[in-house]
Amino acid sequence: MDFTDEQIERYSRHIILPEVGGKGQTKLLESKVFVLGAGGLGSPALLYLAAAGVGTIGIADGDVVDVSNLQRQIIHDNNTVGMAKVESARKSIEALNPDVVVNTFNSRLGIENIREVLRDYDVVLDGSDNFPTRYLMNDASFFEGKTLISGSMFRFDGQVSVFKPADGYPCYRCLYPEPPPKGMVPSCQEAGVLGALAGVIGVLQAVEAIKEILSIGKVLAGELLIFDALGMSFRKVKVRRDPDCALCGENATIKELSLYEQAPCELRT
Amino acid sequence: MIEVRFFAMLKKLSGTGARQYEVSEPITVLELKQLLKEDMPALSEVLDSRSVLVSVNEEFARDDELVADGDVVGLLPPFSGG
Repeated sequence: MDFTDEQIERYSRHIILPEVGGKGQTKLLESKVFVLGAGGLGSPALLYLAAAGVGTIGIADGDVVDVSNLQRQIIHDNNTVGMAKVESARKSIEALNPDVVVNTFNSRLGIENIREVLRDYDVVLDGSDNFPTRYLMNDASFFEGKTLISGSMFRFDGQVSVFKPADGYPCYRCLYPEPPPKGMVPSCQEAGVLGALAGVIGVLQAVEAIKEILSIGKVLAGELLIFDALGMSFRKVKVRRDPDCALCGENATIKELSLYEQAPCELRT
Repeated sequence: MIEVRFFAMLKKLSGTGARQYEVSEPITVLELKQLLKEDMPALSEVLDSRSVLVSVNEEFARDDELVADGDVVGLLPPFSGG
């Protein structure tokens, strides 16, 4: 594809990087990334993906913007409180970079259609806020052969990993075969989170998505990155595929998507 | 001495960040879990649930793998927040 003068200027700091170049920038402009959740993680990830010139971005979120979101969900602002998050996010992205085509999914995604939706995208980014959705995204990404870039947070701690079972790396279920019992799921009072932590983790997810599209460097496949904001430390734990994994193992028992129930409090942001 | 480190909500459930155990010979991860459950019953449900990732010296370890003197074990729960 040929760049316009405006694009050459806009992406000049990418294009002068030998690892990206005009070729890489073209790849980005032709790429499609699906982001589940326009919340704490989705907000910074979406902004950087849009700024980088990812050509098509799909955004799924069923919520509306609330004032209590603005402490960390930086793609939204005072003027979009009350608006559907997907529309608020679209507005910010369109103001930032007109090259990006935004597809929005406002609470129309579920077991019935998630696979079909993911099929159109190259990379999937999980910024959801509950375990049922995390397992669903893992399973749907596995069945569609898509790389899943997972990020999650708890108070001052964050985790990032890239799940690529199609290339022999583990999936989310290899690490966590089952969701935690109720006692381990944070209660409403405990569900606070440091706003800027969302920036750290969401931006790391965007970095991994861009590397994956460009096929440069080494992504966090087979590794779980753990960030501790209070101790200001990053640790990596080596993880591997579980041959007995119910989803991607040799004798897999999960053959189709399903959703398990969770206490309503935990389902909220 | 095996050092066991607790992360996130496990820190709260166990009431501590880390704990040491003397072992005369290597034990399996499953045996270590048993020890932890006897020591801290509040962890029983979680450790039985297959929802905690166990690392030994920063590498994922399955229940049948061995932990020996000098090893550092991490108990890492998943996070759901986004």
